Amino acid sequence: MSAYILRRILYAIPILIGVNLITFLLFFVVNSPEDMARMHLGQKRVTTEAIQAWKAEHGYDRPLLYNDAASGLASLTDTIFFQKSVKLFAFQFGSSDDGRDIGYDISQRMWPSLAIAVPVLMVGLAFNISYALFIVFFRATYIDIGSVVLLVAMLSISSLFYIIGGQFLLSKAFHLVPISGYDQGLNAWKFLILPVIVGVIGGIGSGTRWYRSLFLEEIAKDYVRTARAKGLSERFVLFRHVLRNALIPILTGVVVVLPLLFMGSLITESFFGIPGLGSYTIDAISNQDFAIVRSMVFLGAVLYILGLILTDISYTVVDPRVRLQ
Amino acid sequence: MPLIPVILWTDALVLVLLALGLTFALYASRHEHLRDPWRRVVRSRVGVATLVVLMAYALVGLLDTVHLRLKQDARPGVEEARYSPEVLSLLDLALSGLRERQEKTYSAPFATHLFVKEAIDQPDGTVVRDYPRLKYGGAHLENPARQRGWDIAWRSLLGAVKGIIASGLFILGVCWLLARSWGVSLIEARDRILAGKTQVPWRTALMTLAALLVLSSVAAELALQYHVLGTDKVGEDVFYQTLKSVRTGLLIGTLTTLVMLPAALLLGIAAGYFRGWVDDVIQYLYTTLNSIPGVLLIAAVILMLQVYMSNHADSFTSLVERADLRLLFLCLILGVTSWTGLCRLLRGEALKLREIDYVQAAQSLGVGQFSVIARHILPNVMHIVLITLVLDFSGLVLAEAVLSYVNIGVDPTMNSWGNMINSARLELARDPVVWWSLAAAFLFMFTLVLAANLFADVVRDAFDPRLRQASGA
Repeated sequence: MSAYILRRILYAIPILIGVNLITFLLFFVVNSPEDMARMHLGQKRVTTEAIQAWKAEHGYDRPLLYNDAASGLASLTDTIFFQKSVKLFAFQFGSSDDGRDIGYDISQRMWPSLAIAVPVLMVGLAFNISYALFIVFFRATYIDIGSVVLLVAMLSISSLFYIIGGQFLLSKAFHLVPISGYDQGLNAWKFLILPVIVGVIGGIGSGTRWYRSLFLEEIAKDYVRTARAKGLSERFVLFRHVLRNALIPILTGVVVVLPLLFMGSLITESFFGIPGLGSYTIDAISNQDFAIVRSMVFLGAVLYILGLILTDISYTVVDPRVRLQ
Repeated sequence: MPLIPVILWTDALVLVLLALGLTFALYASRHEHLRDPWRRVVRSRVGVATLVVLMAYALVGLLDTVHLRLKQDARPGVEEARYSPEVLSLLDLALSGLRERQEKTYSAPFATHLFVKEAIDQPDGTVVRDYPRLKYGGAHLENPARQRGWDIAWRSLLGAVKGIIASGLFILGVCWLLARSWGVSLIEARDRILAGKTQVPWRTALMTLAALLVLSSVAAELALQYHVLGTDKVGEDVFYQTLKSVRTGLLIGTLTTLVMLPAALLLGIAAGYFRGWVDDVIQYLYTTLNSIPGVLLIAAVILMLQVYMSNHADSFTSLVERADLRLLFLCLILGVTSWTGLCRLLRGEALKLREIDYVQAAQSLGVGQFSVIARHILPNVMHIVLITLVLDFSGLVLAEAVLSYVNIGVDPTMNSWGNMINSARLELARDPVVWWSLAAAFLFMFTLVLAANLFADVVRDAFDPRLRQASGA
């Protein structure tokens, strides 16, 4: 088991190198630091000195891959590639365009992101599984058909409309909760209710539909027929046998997304003004702060790979038939 | 010539897509194992109803894809023909009334007065702050307060009657064609369709079509005199905007799959067919691309495109061209983030197919690797491509809205549902609320995505062999 995990972690390294190369290509080769400086300083009439000063200030004045001027190891390390890309491996994100430490910002901003993402995941999971079980219990009745139509309609609505609708109804029309914002510590709860509700409702369509099909697949299996033949009640079969076995794909599906919860939700956070990593990314995109976008790309890739490894491990934990070698 | 055609990049790709679709349809119609699932699709009631709705959208999108420039009036002394710099589409020409009837600013659906108060000069020289009359919306009414309700009702009725007549004629035509192909009388054909006992559920299809025709006829009749869905901040008709957005949504939904197709086909089949180190390299490639969060990759690429475009502003002759190129890039990058799924499916299928007898036989007879792939593997994975196209469509249409909201979607000057929602965001904070832009985008987007989702379900059920066995067919 530990050998397997070690091998998976080693296998992740070439992938991360690949991610790093892609971002490097995108951010420094397709457009030179010169273009970036011009973009930030204004379009047409920019002096060469101003561009040089901007590049020196942000550390883009080094050569891309190989530094002729330096000697020894420094000819490789004193380059944009090493300073801006390789250092990401040590989680040294550098500083953003306005001079803040990106690593510190990330460590601060991940908590609000988690404060929304974790409740959305938990409540959503509980609701979707219960609803799917309810539908499956009444399968092939009007409840089933009506629910499926409702679910397809719900998943055909853009997430933007859920947010806009939720804000409009709960905050503007009934003044139940503040429309957006955030507060320190436990006072944040009243700002969190609305995003959590919207997040859960927005996920019902796809989530419940998926769980329903998982349950239906499970219910067609032989052991369920055996259980019924033994004379077990439908409710007992559903909760004892079907639910427990269907939990395996559900659990592994959840484990994949667990690490990515840190990244927060771009749209939700920017709509509700929550200072998490999602709105951090959005702000960076609209301010064209490439250092932050680059860091978030790398962080996202690391978390994604972590999620894959965790999924494999969780398989062995919940399903004794699966052994990793 | 009174006009010259303009072919934008995306227009050309739509033509490629149409050609591919027709080729595949011809190919599938000659092969029973491909024809059978599609027959299943058109025999499902949900299938035909959603197909009719999707075709209506496709018609709007196609009309909007034929671009041209009109000839300008000849000036004295200038011999050569001059063409207007404005690139228009057939849809623009058809809706030129809607396009040209621009008000000053916001006005509600069916309004006769502007949404904001303005200083109006009275005939007697005094100035009153009031809601001014609209330039076009309901301008034919002398006393809007009294006449408007009756006028709207009368016009709706007129539109409905016209729609019913049009759909009646159309249905008659279809009945006549069907009667001929079945070899029965027209009455007999009508009875069969009405009883709903035909194999293809013609009754559902024709009823959906009639409903669409009547609805659009009513809307058209009303749109002659009113702004059916109101006007936006700069006074543009929202109905026109949302119809123009149809093309953007459809393009994102379909072209994305088209542009990623060559890469996915080539790499997926190569990985599955050759195995070994080729497989390893390709798997490494798609795992790497997959591990970058999609939104961030799109953001990074669109940012870079923005930098490039602002530094090379001279190389684009018109705004339309620039917006079009950005749309194409968006499709490309969305394709890069989503081709991995298709690639993995194709790899699995190729792994399976290479062991099948006829492929083994071809190999042992000494047929070259590439002929085997072209003759035996490729035709047998095309249905996967098609299903992916259908299944991914609705997700991509929804993604466009979200991306445009984050400003990494289509060009802000382009008509799209995402841009409509984005600009309507602040309008909800006004008092009274400006809701119509949002409602229009919601209505049209929801209809399209719902139809696409339902259609995708039917297609998937028809192609999924497991479900087919379960139903005993």
